[in-house]
Amino acid sequence: MLENIDFALVDWSRGQFALTAMFHWLFVPLTLGLAYIIAYMETMYFKTGDPEWKRITKFWMKLFGINFAIGVATGIILEFEFGTNWSNYSWFVGDIFGAPLAIEGIMAFFLESTFIAVMFFGWDKVSKRFHLTATWLTAIGASLSAVWILVANAWMQNPVGTFFNPETARNEMISFWDVFLSETAVNKFVHTITSGFVLAAIFVIGISSWYLIKKRELLLSKRSIVIASVFGLISSVVLIGTGDSSAKEIVKTQPMKFAAMEALYEGQTNAPLVAVGVLGSEYNNENLTPETESDFLFKIEIPSMLSWLAYGNTDSFVAGMKDLIMGNKEHGILSYAEKIRRGHKAQKALIALKEAQKSDPNGPEAEALKAKFRDKDFIDNNVQYFGYGNFYDPDPEKLEKNAFKMVPPISLTFYAFHIMVMLGGLFLLLFVVFLYLVMKDQLHNKKWILWAGVWTIPLAYIASQAGWIVAEVGRQPWVIQDLMPTMKAVTHIDVGSVLTTFILFAVTFVGLFIAEIKIMLKQIKVGPQKKEDPNNV
Amino acid sequence: MEKLRKIVDFYITGFRNLPPWGRTMWAIILIKLFIMFVVLRLFFFPDQLQNNFNSDEERARHVIESITTPGN
Repeated sequence: MLENIDFALVDWSRGQFALTAMFHWLFVPLTLGLAYIIAYMETMYFKTGDPEWKRITKFWMKLFGINFAIGVATGIILEFEFGTNWSNYSWFVGDIFGAPLAIEGIMAFFLESTFIAVMFFGWDKVSKRFHLTATWLTAIGASLSAVWILVANAWMQNPVGTFFNPETARNEMISFWDVFLSETAVNKFVHTITSGFVLAAIFVIGISSWYLIKKRELLLSKRSIVIASVFGLISSVVLIGTGDSSAKEIVKTQPMKFAAMEALYEGQTNAPLVAVGVLGSEYNNENLTPETESDFLFKIEIPSMLSWLAYGNTDSFVAGMKDLIMGNKEHGILSYAEKIRRGHKAQKALIALKEAQKSDPNGPEAEALKAKFRDKDFIDNNVQYFGYGNFYDPDPEKLEKNAFKMVPPISLTFYAFHIMVMLGGLFLLLFVVFLYLVMKDQLHNKKWILWAGVWTIPLAYIASQAGWIVAEVGRQPWVIQDLMPTMKAVTHIDVGSVLTTFILFAVTFVGLFIAEIKIMLKQIKVGPQKKEDPNNV
Repeated sequence: MEKLRKIVDFYITGFRNLPPWGRTMWAIILIKLFIMFVVLRLFFFPDQLQNNFNSDEERARHVIESITTPGN
């Protein structure tokens, strides 16, 4: 029955959302991280009274302002898209998503509009202490406003703390703390904001390196590199730590994503980690069958590392895509075909409830069906597989085939994951090298290292986007894990209108991006003001 | 009242003394907000469920039908 789905509409809706989200994410990480770097620089000014620190702070604040201005409100388009292109999804999650997004909007508006104004307009107008407080609160406020959207995203990856109300077809929050403090939410928040810190640290190092190459702003550059290297180094350690805890959590909550990240088709004990690899043609999603075999053109593996990464034990069994699709009795893994049948049963119960309510909304049949959705056994065995029901087909052969279509794009997930991890390692090395050389006062002589610092800026953006690709592409076909497949989340509207807005966005975003780059580069070339000018910032 | 006047003055002075790059940024922000809220929101992004159905009951029925039937 999947042949009835308009996949052009699903794909263009996904493309439109991905384009908007990725554009939005060009600005957010720099805002998150640079705010703390600026706050620390201003703290140095506050403590020492050295006007050079003020000059340094104001220079980076200017670049922060440009990034903030171009990026501000780009996330609002995502909310428009929820109502127009993803109306089924918005309805289904309404109560879970509504509260965090409303809190985020209010917090972001009040905190940022108040404290950013003091940051930019308040030099010499408010006390040093108040100005510094405003700068720190801008940084903290930016991170706090990110909490809510990341909590909402985490719930989509691991829907906990909620109850599906069959009468309204909405998920209702039964435990705020289960949603807010789920392992997924905590990992996602810390991993995401520290990735922003790392990106901002690289941004500061890259631009300072350019000044050192040009033999300009030596003191500003060296001081900035010291702060950014330390900040980047600490953030990288936390980033790697939360990457590890994320992996341990994903293997439990989204095992298919985990298998796709490593292109692990057949599960195994002592599973090796593919450090570097090139996938073969067998990994084409269209051709997956029970006969498909693991296919790498080239790979370098670390023995037993994947088992250790997933479970902290080298002997542990890590399920591959085939185990998850076909099931594995020995390891207690239910097949997708069985999950599809169970989900279909939940969907049939929901349809029966609606039919029963037509004749008598509160009759005994309707009440009995409503009670089913509150029954723990039915929830655990059927409702939790609700979305699998959309892959049901009365023909058992087609149903088995549908199960093989429930695999995320393997090569995109695999390469995005490996690019992110490798670049993360490179960034850690970069922070160590820059910190060592700047402390030894040898950095300005090492031109190739300085150029490496400059060219690492685009790599930081690539790593950051790759991280989101792993998170979002890797969870396909789900928009809400196990409950709602992406194909069912979209609104049935004309694909032409989705295409039109896609093109409109692409043109607008490219224009804004060019404006950002041009204005940013111009201000970097201009550099900080030579002496204090009250009209400068 | 005096405090409020001071706050308003603070913002007015801040905007008056914007450097050239700051003015460019504000122009970009205002154009962007106009495109988003006037052009995109009004003409391209209607709230489908809000506009096409009269009650939450109808909306719920529509969503249930969509998520439990084949095709979209």
